[in-house]
Amino acid sequence: MTRDIPAVIWPAVIWEENKMNFRAFALGTALSLTLAAPFGAGVAQAEDSNYVPLLTYRTGAFAGSGIHIANGMNDYLKMLNERDGGIGGVKIAIEECETGYDSQKGIECYEATKGKGALVYNPYSTGITLQVIPKAAVDKIPVLSMGYGLSAAAVGNTFPWVYNVPVTYWDGASVIIKYIAEQEGGLDKLKGKKIGYIFLDAGFGREPIPLLEQLAKDYGFELVQYPVPAKEMQNQASQWLNVRRDRPDYMVMWGWGAMNPTAVKEAVKTRFPMEKFIAAWWSAGEEDAGAGGEAAKGFKTLNFSGVGTDFKALGDIKTLVVDAGKSQTNPETFGGALYNRGVLNSVIIAEAIRTAQEKTGKKVLTGEDMRIGLEALDLTEARLEEIGLAGFAHPMKVTCEDHAGSHPVFIQEWDGKKWVKATDWIEPMKEQVRPLLEAAAKDYAEKNAPWPVRTEACPN
Amino acid sequence: MLYDIFIDPFVQMGAQPDFLIQVLWEGFVSGILYALIALGFVLIFKASGVFNFAQGIMVVFAGLTLVGLHEQGVPAFLALILTIGVMGVLAYGIERVVMRPLVNQPDIILLMATIGLTYFLIGFGEFVFGGEPKRMITEELWLPTGSTAIEFGERGLVLLQHIDIAAAVIAVLMVSGLALFFNKTRIGRALRAVADDHQAALSVGISLNQIWAIVWFAAGIVALATGIMWGARSDVSFALEIVAFKALPVLILGGFTSVPGAIIGGLIIGFGEKLGEIYWGPLVGGGIESWLAYIIALIFLLFRPQGLFGERIIERV
Amino acid sequence: MFYREAGQFKTTYEADQALFPIRQDRIAMGLILAVAFVAIPLLANDFFLTSIMIPFLVFSLAAIGLNILTGFAGQLSLGSGAFMGVGAYAAYKLTSIFPDANVIVLVLISGVFSAGIGAIFGLPSLRIKGLYLAVTTLAAQFFLEWCFIRIPWLYNYNASGAIEIPRREVFGVIVTGAEALPLTRYFIVLSIVVVIAFLVANVIRGRIGRSWMMIRDMDIAAELMGVRPLQTKLLAFGVSSYICGVAGAMMVFFWLNAAEPSSYSITLSFQILFMVILGGLGSIAGSFLGAAFIWILPVFLRFLPGLFGVEVAAESIQHVTFMIVGALIIFFLIVEPHGLARLWQIGKQKLRVWPFPY
Repeated sequence: MTRDIPAVIWPAVIWEENKMNFRAFALGTALSLTLAAPFGAGVAQAEDSNYVPLLTYRTGAFAGSGIHIANGMNDYLKMLNERDGGIGGVKIAIEECETGYDSQKGIECYEATKGKGALVYNPYSTGITLQVIPKAAVDKIPVLSMGYGLSAAAVGNTFPWVYNVPVTYWDGASVIIKYIAEQEGGLDKLKGKKIGYIFLDAGFGREPIPLLEQLAKDYGFELVQYPVPAKEMQNQASQWLNVRRDRPDYMVMWGWGAMNPTAVKEAVKTRFPMEKFIAAWWSAGEEDAGAGGEAAKGFKTLNFSGVGTDFKALGDIKTLVVDAGKSQTNPETFGGALYNRGVLNSVIIAEAIRTAQEKTGKKVLTGEDMRIGLEALDLTEARLEEIGLAGFAHPMKVTCEDHAGSHPVFIQEWDGKKWVKATDWIEPMKEQVRPLLEAAAKDYAEKNAPWPVRTEACPN
Repeated sequence: MLYDIFIDPFVQMGAQPDFLIQVLWEGFVSGILYALIALGFVLIFKASGVFNFAQGIMVVFAGLTLVGLHEQGVPAFLALILTIGVMGVLAYGIERVVMRPLVNQPDIILLMATIGLTYFLIGFGEFVFGGEPKRMITEELWLPTGSTAIEFGERGLVLLQHIDIAAAVIAVLMVSGLALFFNKTRIGRALRAVADDHQAALSVGISLNQIWAIVWFAAGIVALATGIMWGARSDVSFALEIVAFKALPVLILGGFTSVPGAIIGGLIIGFGEKLGEIYWGPLVGGGIESWLAYIIALIFLLFRPQGLFGERIIERV
Repeated sequence: MFYREAGQFKTTYEADQALFPIRQDRIAMGLILAVAFVAIPLLANDFFLTSIMIPFLVFSLAAIGLNILTGFAGQLSLGSGAFMGVGAYAAYKLTSIFPDANVIVLVLISGVFSAGIGAIFGLPSLRIKGLYLAVTTLAAQFFLEWCFIRIPWLYNYNASGAIEIPRREVFGVIVTGAEALPLTRYFIVLSIVVVIAFLVANVIRGRIGRSWMMIRDMDIAAELMGVRPLQTKLLAFGVSSYICGVAGAMMVFFWLNAAEPSSYSITLSFQILFMVILGGLGSIAGSFLGAAFIWILPVFLRFLPGLFGVEVAAESIQHVTFMIVGALIIFFLIVEPHGLARLWQIGKQKLRVWPFPY
């Protein structure tokens, strides 16, 4: 090597000198890793613990939404460990695996954690959910995709291992249409109206389209679609120009990550009436609406988890986890809409573990036990009160036939500074949604033939 | 079908002239912003022959540094100056660690090195600033935020965002500033000499290393301006890095080495893409923006393989 | 000393022109194949097979595909991710049209569609060169990605917009879908990769490969010497896309099980390009080394803190991994711009002269 190597890249020099000595190099890497990353997140896995891997993303294009969800999920489970010593006297072993919303890494996380006795998977990405669904029945580990993933998975007899409680995208879309109808004075008034649908042009955003098209046919409104390619998330000028030309009466949005704040900004820019702009529950972050500031006042989203910090369990999280310095949560974002969503996800996990412990009589569970717990989940009002989350979510019950339950959701409104609850709980149009769900599940099973027939007994 | 392609769009344009003006304005603004990113590429390519893929992440990095410093309580303008300083350090570091050892390597190796740099900066940026999107400090930098509505006729309405106007003004200032710098200063002339011939420049005593640090620094400042403008339009997050891909068709259209080419290429892509998406996009279901720019560039390229303003390619055996 | 070819006399042209004319190479190759076909299946656990070996082999094949185009024929392409996608979608459509056909054969056929599309997008290469061509291949990347989203026929009108791989059996063994054993999938992937790699190695050293290299080194000179640029370049695009297409189909059929259009995005193209460049342009062995480096290093880094008993937040590992991978890419480019394959060559040379330094 005659080339002059600058001293700045000292590892290069070390490499040159010890080409054979890989160990030194590895040790150096490990050392810098240790120095660079002072936080400890995972809990060492003990023999007598229930292991819950969390597939999260704090990096990548969707980190803006993913971080809050990850914090909320982590903090509630940690709080249970701190306050109650876990569930039923057994600690919960939590391990985060970073997916970056990337399907390659997602599947790697799944393979890496499934052997450690994982109880349940929360992929938080439509793509990863779809990859994991067929594996769930084989590996006997249930999938909990809370309010995302494959809508058809609500049909429990086809998908005994997949749970999308409390509600599917199709239910959500029907609530939005119902709400619009209410504003207009009845479903019959929808005739001739123009409803714009702006969505992330991926599986996630395309999912509600069949239902919206069906409803458009049923009620005679016109559905205009504005797809936003994932690459153009932050460059939506064209879509909103089209909106300006078409002048839809209402806008409906299915966005995630950086798409949300951009859309809100563009809507403000084009002077679209914000009170007629309604988004799904994944646009409910503070940063999403906050990008429009005061001018975004009136922007609405669906939601199914509590708004604010005024809940006893959240108080416990604050004192036991966040203030104790055991969490990565930024105190400013504590109690935000997406954070609370993460908390609700963990509440469902925790309650399912508890239910499974009751049903099976075991304390340390397996994925199969967890499935029973999820299927027998009955989160009543009294139970919510008991865990200090009265009014945090609508009571929810899973049945063997219906894994989503089509539970009511509410609409929240941005008042310029924070989210406020704008409506009471609104029931989805179950009678329209359910047949479509059944048809979709049948279609899925046919396309993936031979799809396994349900053999799992119904625990209820 | 033919009617839909060849006649109907123009009928629509005629029917709503105010809307057409709005579309053209949006095209103009996006064109300017694409041109700003492309400018960063051109500066570096001209001086060192490096196709700097890291320009996109530099935009994000500059924006994040600015906002991150401000969040730490640094006043906005001091933060701006400090960010410029950070970009300077970055430029020096890149020249020293990446470029200098790689001198005289083939294009593709240099391209890969800048992609490696992109990876490094993504990890480093997220490590320091976290992955959350941040709001650009628009007001604090005294950038206008409102909009002006120009009304004419019955329902005619054209909305001009002040921030977009500011972007256009800043872009023009920046280009003229760079042009002055290139043409009137000693360093600028040295820089052009390097662009023309590395070895000849070396032989008359111009320090290649110094010049490269300067162009990377200049590209860093362009990245900062781009970061502020794009950040003000949406917000500063790592997803913004992808926007840099938009600069590539602009580049091949304008030629890798031409500053006016970058501007004109940017405008052609900006106008073409917006007009195409609005008036022809619905025919195929919309969302064609992601590739339309490339097809436009490809068609131009088939007639002029070196871009509109690129240097003529002379091939010898 | 260890790698001594002295004394190995060739008495026939066949022996002299064999793929591995040196005995040590034949032994090494035999050992590698023995490890791949016998030792790994015996010793590896499921995680090692599904998350390390299968992706590594799939990426190696894709890297070989791109290497043909970029390394041997000299046409820089950033669209390999989309060509892999074409293979995947074609294979998916074929399995739904012919549900009873042998799925391995369908995967191999799917590459033909990819080759056709690749040849079409290779047409501009006749006029456009170098970095300009690289950017135009991005047009293919983005256009095809758009097609995967916007043509519902391609994904059988699934509401999810993704392709999901159903269970298929070959000779009574489940080979795709969630129930397929990792070992089965590993053997299929390994066999396809080995066969294609040997075929490619033979094509490369023949007339076709040499004409590609002539085009790479100087296309005008090659043309003067009777190589037709049109056919040669398009053939390179076609063969490269065929291999990428097969790799893409294997990626979803034997590894991921389901794929969204974003699985075949520009990120994948870059991943493959990294592998090719770090491994070494114009080297089959380099493609394997590059794939190993780019795929296995991050997995290794992710588990590293655990091995030392250090607990690190999941995303910090990710950040540091990005930084390390980025830094190592630059580092390797500086130290050895010809890629890992060259390091391998140097290593062989050292073995040849050992114990003497020269």
